[in-house]
Amino acid sequence: MKCRVCRGPAVIDVRRHNANFCGEHFLRHCRDQVAKAIRRHQMLQEGDRVLVAVSGGKDSLAVWDILLDLGYEADGLYLGLGIDGYSPESERFARAFAESRGLSLEVVDLPSDYGYDIRSAARASKRVPCSACGLSKRHLFDEAAGRGGYDALATGHNLDDEAAVLFGNVLQWQGEYLGRQQPVLIAGDGFPRKIKPLVRLGEREMAAYCVLSGIDYMVEECPMAVGNKHIGYKEALNSIEERSPGTKHAFYFGFLDRAADLFVPSADDRIAIGACTRCGAPTGAEVCAFCHLLERSGGHLPEDAQAVPVKLGRRGPEDL
Amino acid sequence: MIIQLRNPQRTVEMEGPMAVTALLVRLDIPRESVLVIRDGTLVPGDAMLGRDDSIEIRSVISGGAR
Repeated sequence: MKCRVCRGPAVIDVRRHNANFCGEHFLRHCRDQVAKAIRRHQMLQEGDRVLVAVSGGKDSLAVWDILLDLGYEADGLYLGLGIDGYSPESERFARAFAESRGLSLEVVDLPSDYGYDIRSAARASKRVPCSACGLSKRHLFDEAAGRGGYDALATGHNLDDEAAVLFGNVLQWQGEYLGRQQPVLIAGDGFPRKIKPLVRLGEREMAAYCVLSGIDYMVEECPMAVGNKHIGYKEALNSIEERSPGTKHAFYFGFLDRAADLFVPSADDRIAIGACTRCGAPTGAEVCAFCHLLERSGGHLPEDAQAVPVKLGRRGPEDL
Repeated sequence: MIIQLRNPQRTVEMEGPMAVTALLVRLDIPRESVLVIRDGTLVPGDAMLGRDDSIEIRSVISGGAR
């Protein structure tokens, strides 16, 4: 195999692009794909400050690395989930990455800061662990992005993640979720702008990016996610991709081009957003879902937390 | 050759030499879901693996909430 760019020995094939790359040109390919995603979907402007949701895994560390490489100011936030045998190790990878590059990483720990962990929250709220985890992450990352005055919150969702979520949402015809499945969600109603700069890259590419960049990451999977539906959807799509390279890309970007607009709620269908009476987070109810989760899990808001009403008002695309 | 697999962690031994693609077919592992690593470096699909090589087959599929 030869590199498509320099004809030197290749180290990886990207069958979706019918291309092979040497290490140097593969890293450039990844940066180019992220820059293209940012430009095409108007994710960021020059000078924007970005908060990266960091898990210690390959995707979040890679997106942080690439954003910095592209010249953006990017800080990290790591959320300790209190999962024995997993959280301490993943935190170690996140801290090591930040320290080795002199980056700013805020660490929030669910057990010590909020008095609960994912296992107890899942049990108490009768949710699956990934649901309790997702709710906690969305709330706390949004809150930190607002508190820190960041222009955008970046996550490491890649093409495989987005294709698998789309697959699951289409199987169940989850219209509300399909309406939100965009690579960028505009800031508004107290929520920060959310961006997914890795949507043009598969997770095999992200793992390869980390190996070739010398980024140590948490390879072991979260024990609570093993065997979940999301991974099952990924395996099904990979089985199709094996026989027909490019299927995941065509599925996801075809949806964005041809169908996503059909699921965006009209102004009449949007629920009114106010502030949670306990924590001040934006919510369509009196008390937000995160505070309900806290209550059921026996957790608490941090002692120094104050309910600060959200600033209402929607920012349009012209603000990007 | 010694092959280390992750998620879950286990080790298997295979007779070499063998091409990477043949090894993955033998182990029934889709190429799209793994990287093959030798001495800390990626190994492309057409590379030959020697009988004394130590190989890591690293799963790249992650899941759950993020």
